[in-house]
Amino acid sequence: MFTETQFGKSRRRAELLAKCVLGMMVASMIIPLFLIIGYLVKEAWPLLSLDFLFTNPTGGMRHGGIWSALLGTLYLVTLSLLIAAPIGVLAAVYLNEYARDSWFTRIINLAVVNLAGVPSIVHALFGLGAFVLFAGIGRSILAASLTLAIMTLPVIIASTKEALSAVPISFREACWNVGASRWQTIRGIVLPNSISGILTGVILQVSRAAGETAPIMFTGAVFFKKIEAGNIFAYSIWDQCMALSMHLFTITTQVTDAPRALPFATAVVLLGTVLMVNALSIGLRVYLRSRKKW
Amino acid sequence: MEQEVLNLPEGAVPGPSKAPGARSIVRARKRPVWEIGFEVGLEWLIRLCGISAILFVFGIFAFVFREGAAFLFSSRFSLVKFLFTTEWYPTSMSNIRYGVLALIVGTGSVTILAMAIAVPFGLGAAIFISEFCTGRLKEILKIIIELLAAIPSVVWGFIGISIMNPLIQTVFSVPVGLNVFNGATLLALMSVPIMVSIGEDSLKAVPDSFREAALAMGATRWQTIVRVLLPAAKNGLLAAVLLGIGRAVGETMAVLMATGHAVKIPHSIFDPVRTLTATIAAELGEASVGSDHYQVLFIVGILLFTITFVVNLSADLIVRGVRKG
Repeated sequence: MFTETQFGKSRRRAELLAKCVLGMMVASMIIPLFLIIGYLVKEAWPLLSLDFLFTNPTGGMRHGGIWSALLGTLYLVTLSLLIAAPIGVLAAVYLNEYARDSWFTRIINLAVVNLAGVPSIVHALFGLGAFVLFAGIGRSILAASLTLAIMTLPVIIASTKEALSAVPISFREACWNVGASRWQTIRGIVLPNSISGILTGVILQVSRAAGETAPIMFTGAVFFKKIEAGNIFAYSIWDQCMALSMHLFTITTQVTDAPRALPFATAVVLLGTVLMVNALSIGLRVYLRSRKKW
Repeated sequence: MEQEVLNLPEGAVPGPSKAPGARSIVRARKRPVWEIGFEVGLEWLIRLCGISAILFVFGIFAFVFREGAAFLFSSRFSLVKFLFTTEWYPTSMSNIRYGVLALIVGTGSVTILAMAIAVPFGLGAAIFISEFCTGRLKEILKIIIELLAAIPSVVWGFIGISIMNPLIQTVFSVPVGLNVFNGATLLALMSVPIMVSIGEDSLKAVPDSFREAALAMGATRWQTIVRVLLPAAKNGLLAAVLLGIGRAVGETMAVLMATGHAVKIPHSIFDPVRTLTATIAAELGEASVGSDHYQVLFIVGILLFTITFVVNLSADLIVRGVRKG
């Protein structure tokens, strides 16, 4: 019926071109990413084994495994999670269930956004000034965890808020109408219905905390600390500790004659941990979305 | 559905005064006093946690300021010299000088080059994912971008040293691979995810009726994007770029490891530089607590805090403008 004009053809060509160029832009970010990860794993392959995880670094960190760093990261992440999760979840409950749409709420939201944007090294300065020196905790796992907790707080607040606001308002109204108080409604209806969504945010916090280096550098992480291999209670919260991210930084920049595979293997363990934890969070979210009932 | 719940007018959410029946019925059943007391206490705790973010932001500023204040107001410190000279010799024996201009230029050059790479790629990816992808491909791309954001900065720094460094040396045949270009490439990859996710959100926020109207007029998809969607979403896209800049300015470990260590104004993109963040990270360990050098590093921290605060604040104000309009 209609014959395609030259004008129409050129428009179509422009569209195709745009699509190809944009697609190639995306591909040019994603393909190198996989190449890099593949290369890291390939270089690390000779060292990767369970032994690597469970033995201590030896010979000035030129040999051996990463046990003391791995355990330190576990301590830091667990403790920072214990501090950040309750505060973050309650803050999100306040923002979503209690706060009204006022200038004050707007300022709180602004503060959350800005807290997320504060550079990690400024968090380190804060941790040093506030916890290590002012509060007199000293350089320790506790001080480092507190710093990490404040740094990762916005992650928990943001995702918990999202999970809470996904609970329909009618659920709350039904609950109020049978005479439940505000807290009873939250406790009995809102939290149970959003707990898995909150969990995804908490998992995300773990992955953030595990990868951070700058905030723990001056508040509790050390280059080297000798602990007993295989004992998971080797640190106390008043001790300084090694951490995986810090360990990678050290053996990359300070230990120049380490065997080539060693930093690669450390990087792969760190990257693998963080990506797996993240994938867990994403998987949980996708699963939840698929079985959402309302 | 979610959106509708989120956007309910304030009147629909019963505040304490607007849910009158609630408490009185409960009291009629005579709840034990301790239970009511517990609830009141808990609600105060929730309020306290709610304002914790404000307390922490002020706390961060206050404590960083407190450590640096003594030197900031002392006669040995001159703000003009601090900001506008390039000589950074904090441990010099004869003449100690604290000029951060070279560090500011270092941060600026890495950030600008990173944005030159990241803005087209980030916004291009946002457009591609939002407008040209559907269904499964869209989900997968979004997940990959999210995983890209999860890679720790120290791993990026390691990639910069172990992979990018030899690569740059061979490809561009320059003697040192740890330079502005290396750091900027890493920063670009690190700030792309936030640009994609915010950019995609703001494109998604453009009502479908805009797209339908353009298509009904006979525009192609690309014409719709360029003439209708980009102008409509421009504030959100600008905010995405600003957040990317904030991320790049504040990044520490990757630039510490990948930009080389030279406090000087770079003349080409293959010159090594040092950024504000890297300087704090590299020198804080050596400076003894309370010394001038130590306090100057905290003043650099205040400078960084101020820069990122302004950038994030403007991004937020721009986004808010979008929501109102």
